[in-house]
Amino acid sequence: MFYREAGQYKASYQADQAIFPIAQDRIVVVALLAVAFLVVPFVVSEYTYRAVLIPVVILSLAAIGLNVLMGYCGQVSLGSGAFMAVGAYAAFNLSVRLPFLNPFVCILLGGFVAAGVGIAFGVPSLRIKGFYLACATLAAQFFADWAFLRIKWFTNYTPSGSVNAPPLQAFGYDLSSPTANYLVSLVFAVVLGLAAKNIVRGHVGRQWMAIRDMDIAAEIIGVRPMYAKLTAFAVSSFLIGVAGGLWAFVYLGSWEPAAFSIDRSFQLMFMVIIGGLGSILGSVLGAAFIVLLPIFLNQALPPLGALFGWKISTATVSHFESMIFGALIVFFLIVEPHGLARLWSVAKEKLRLWPFPH
Amino acid sequence: MGLHKLALLGAAIASAGVIAATTAPGSAWAQNEQFIPGLVYRTGAYAPNGIPFADGARDYITLLNERDGGINGVKITFEECETGYATDRGVECYERLKGKGPTGAAYFSPLSTGITFALTEKAPGDKVPLITMGYGRSDSRDGAVFEWNFPLLGTYWTAANVAVQHIAKEMGGFDKLKGKKIALLYHDSPYGKEPIAALDIMSKKYGFEFLPIPVAAPGTEQKSQWLQIRQQKPDYVLLWGWGVMNSAAVTEAGNVNYPRDKMIGVWWSGAEPDVVPAGEKGAGYKALMLQHPAGKSAVYADLEKLVIAPGKSLAKPDEIGSVLYNRGLINSMLGTESIRTAMAKFGNKPMTGEQVRWGIEHLDLTAERIKQLGFEGMIGPIKVSCADHEGTRLSRVHQWDGKKWNIISDWYTADDAVIAPLVKDTAAKYATEKKITPRDCSKES
Repeated sequence: MFYREAGQYKASYQADQAIFPIAQDRIVVVALLAVAFLVVPFVVSEYTYRAVLIPVVILSLAAIGLNVLMGYCGQVSLGSGAFMAVGAYAAFNLSVRLPFLNPFVCILLGGFVAAGVGIAFGVPSLRIKGFYLACATLAAQFFADWAFLRIKWFTNYTPSGSVNAPPLQAFGYDLSSPTANYLVSLVFAVVLGLAAKNIVRGHVGRQWMAIRDMDIAAEIIGVRPMYAKLTAFAVSSFLIGVAGGLWAFVYLGSWEPAAFSIDRSFQLMFMVIIGGLGSILGSVLGAAFIVLLPIFLNQALPPLGALFGWKISTATVSHFESMIFGALIVFFLIVEPHGLARLWSVAKEKLRLWPFPH
Repeated sequence: MGLHKLALLGAAIASAGVIAATTAPGSAWAQNEQFIPGLVYRTGAYAPNGIPFADGARDYITLLNERDGGINGVKITFEECETGYATDRGVECYERLKGKGPTGAAYFSPLSTGITFALTEKAPGDKVPLITMGYGRSDSRDGAVFEWNFPLLGTYWTAANVAVQHIAKEMGGFDKLKGKKIALLYHDSPYGKEPIAALDIMSKKYGFEFLPIPVAAPGTEQKSQWLQIRQQKPDYVLLWGWGVMNSAAVTEAGNVNYPRDKMIGVWWSGAEPDVVPAGEKGAGYKALMLQHPAGKSAVYADLEKLVIAPGKSLAKPDEIGSVLYNRGLINSMLGTESIRTAMAKFGNKPMTGEQVRWGIEHLDLTAERIKQLGFEGMIGPIKVSCADHEGTRLSRVHQWDGKKWNIISDWYTADDAVIAPLVKDTAAKYATEKKITPRDCSKES
């Protein structure tokens, strides 16, 4: 009734190829952004910022990055933690060695360094595919772990190997408050997310999808595999690297290589798979699911147990958290193997017909 | 088909709503309560060591509530949050707990060097002190720069220095260290790397060869490291491990037949869970003490009567009186005594984090007061000040005989001539990096 495109005529190619061709979608997206930027800062608590919103926003950006590579270009990667680490440590080194640089400029430049490293580790993808490529990107993970643990120069010779982010300032304003942290992360995520969305809709994105669907056919119709795969690695690593810089500077403040371990790579991969391969929206949904569900379970179980007169200990809560989390992942993969984004598109289809289904 | 998918989506949205609801701030707090948070790990690779500590910390607070009705009539509320030793979960727990209670969290003790590093960045903004008893940043001893960090009772640099002192004593003097080889088998994380800077300096000063050998976390796999130790034949092996890494190291030492009495663990590698799994192979192994031994001091009389016997403790019988359980008790004792110190200045009401910080900085436990608290024989006197957030630099060594820990040394005092310049350097470097202007400790009251 409300969600239908009948009567919305597209008079130009531009209108036909817009990101959101349906007016209702545009309204919803603009409204969501308005809420995120204008309403959220006035209503949420500091805990919600620090434990919920900031991690979700930053990891969404990382998941978008991985989705570019895995979902759009079809190249399996287990090295996302490494690219986050490269972004974080590059930003740190830039801020230490060039102290006049703004920390956020360092984060962006860190993204470019990560893109370079991503291209280097993407070269094997020209020859190897599938599980074998996953193994090759795993090498990136172990290499980054090793480099940031062992090469003292990267950590500016700190005795413990743990490094600190510089104070977050821009144009003389102190940006260390949770609201400012959130808004900065959100700006990065929205701008880069929008850029990613446009890239995947453009000719580069089409090349990636052609490679993903059938690389030989793509080559025959004139897609250069090297160019397509390496641009996918570069764009993906750039986004992941910027997310790594934000994670280190904005969320953690002080970190060690363990913050970007293989667990982080798997976590990002789960986000992309559960959220939906080949979908920007899916990346955000997946990040929210993976970050929030454990926290939610952890907090909801004790009151839930209390309802039935059962006092749950901290350890039991933690065990239940892992079990339910695992079970839910399996459940979602069975009922909707295409991810949460697919659920949303199914809902959209239904909405179009509502309230008069066939 | 489609309907149940819609229902799924609905469920997802609903759960998001519930998250928002449960995380919403603002609940009624009883006004006369002091909130103390507990960042614990009762699960994961480090749980064997995390559980007794968490139980000890909890039981001492229960004891104060049961026996004295809290601190000076202010009841203590206590809540745990499971971190699993992971930094990001630790940060989430910190954010969750820091605002609870009428005055917010009194102090945090994360029992993880990684979480301590992350919270060091956040504590000054939130005005919550960190008590990192025997762990955390070694340079945070410098209270002028690290206003909110309190590595009470000892830092890793103190530990490294005392370990070398003990080796020198066993060899018959510091001059005997020349040309000797000391290996450091360490957990490859900020925790394990902290002592390296101090050991480097000492190796130059005393002329021994220093051989750092990293073990990847969590440290169950150490075959190649022990092969290296067999080839290099160090005279001593210092063990800087945590959780399963410790018992694995002691077991491997037994397998390659490295003499256990030439191994000295830091105080985080010197508890029952570290040696019991190694069985016979653990006998002879030595470790530093964070001052206190295993066993029961005078405080146990009340503890057993009021907390353990009535079933208010979570501890298993074999935990009680163990090294890490005692450490938990001491952690809570130092924290609550700091609150008491703060109350002496600010009045008998719940203290804010800022007031507790003042209390820790002015904590002065004499031998007499320690005896009164029932901790005689556990720790020596401690006096914290703005310039010295560590408070004391004492340690002893104990040895595992296969059944129990026996104290084998007298008290050592760390040599400040070695440590103080290093603290000054790294703290100053931190201050420049973070653009902090150090406080002038001579003007602090």
